[in-house]
Amino acid sequence: MSNGTAVKSSKQIILDGLWFENPIFRQILGICSTLAVTNVVVNTLVMCVSLSLVTALSCATVSALRNQTPRSIRMMVQVLIIAFYVIIVDLLLKAYWPEMSRQLGPYVGLIITNCIVMGRCEAFAGSNKPWPSFIDGLFSGIGYSVVLLAIAAFRELLGMGTILGFAMPYFSTQWDKWIIMVMPPAGFFVLAMVLWICRSIDVKGQKK
Amino acid sequence: MILFPSGSISSEVWLAVVTCFAAVFTQNILLSYFLGMCSFVAVSKEIKTAVGLGAAVVLVMTCTTVLNWMAYWWVLVPLKLEFYQFILFIIIIAAFVQFLEMVLDRYSPSLYLALGIFLPLITVNCAILGAVLWMVIRGYSLIVSTGFGFGCGVGWMMAIVAMAGIRQRLDESKIPAGLRGPAITLIIAGIMALAFVGFTGVLQ
Repeated sequence: MSNGTAVKSSKQIILDGLWFENPIFRQILGICSTLAVTNVVVNTLVMCVSLSLVTALSCATVSALRNQTPRSIRMMVQVLIIAFYVIIVDLLLKAYWPEMSRQLGPYVGLIITNCIVMGRCEAFAGSNKPWPSFIDGLFSGIGYSVVLLAIAAFRELLGMGTILGFAMPYFSTQWDKWIIMVMPPAGFFVLAMVLWICRSIDVKGQKK
Repeated sequence: MILFPSGSISSEVWLAVVTCFAAVFTQNILLSYFLGMCSFVAVSKEIKTAVGLGAAVVLVMTCTTVLNWMAYWWVLVPLKLEFYQFILFIIIIAAFVQFLEMVLDRYSPSLYLALGIFLPLITVNCAILGAVLWMVIRGYSLIVSTGFGFGCGVGWMMAIVAMAGIRQRLDESKIPAGLRGPAITLIIAGIMALAFVGFTGVLQ
């Protein structure tokens, strides 16, 4: 963790977002709205792109307005800014990809209450310039997406033998499909495994 | 649930009861929709706090589902402003929580002490907004929505209290370093979800 006063370089912000302060395995934030759609890669991809864009844009906006916002109502302002971008994403999906919009159901709307977006707005954007905030939001989102896409790919491959809907050579033919992988419990198990692996790597790194 | 086409009040109430049970067992908002995970992982260390938060969630969820149902079907739909739903729902939830906090503070200090610290947490709990959005998407009627909101809250409370009970025992067990904390919580949640999958098919 860096202290708030030092100005971080873009590279440092990107690395922080991807690994050192990765929202999922460092902070266990924001798994609510996206874990549910990790049974299929396409859905996860759409959710992750939406989430990264919403995070980046709302961080930039919050940061641009940071000197005009009274401290006492900043939470409300942040929520409204986030809701504004989420509505745009939701309308775009409804207009151009109605099928996907139906499949994702309420989860697009739930990006509003995703802790990552709020967390980044509060922790970083509130005290930094718009451009670094945009980078920070974007790469927090990407760091989050990478982990979730890995989970989704794993679940879809073992559960249905496909990735992005394309049949995979071995898994779609000989592999005995694990139906449990596309059901909710597997979401918990696979995420727990990812946390375990990442933290073990971390513990080893600290010992050196 | 298709067995009971709604029409009369009694069948509506029956549908609400069925929906309530479905929300608790077969479609538990936490274990099958992954909503409210953040506070679930963070606040499930002790049974007492888990019960407090759970009770607050049941109360807020039931009331906000009803309020948001009215706001959506009586205000937004006639005005054709459905795309404002997210903003409106969030504002209603936040305002209701604030209001509840003031009322409790004024009339029931003991309850305020028990639930007070959890109320601000609830505003950003995705389970609340999630329940409201599901209710709108599925097009429930007012009575059914009430049952649904209550059921979702009870289901969430049940899950977090059970988890807190299990986690208290975990303190004494040997867990690999990398698995401690959130990871083992998720594995337990997975096992609980597995048990709840067994309920699928009870209500058809």
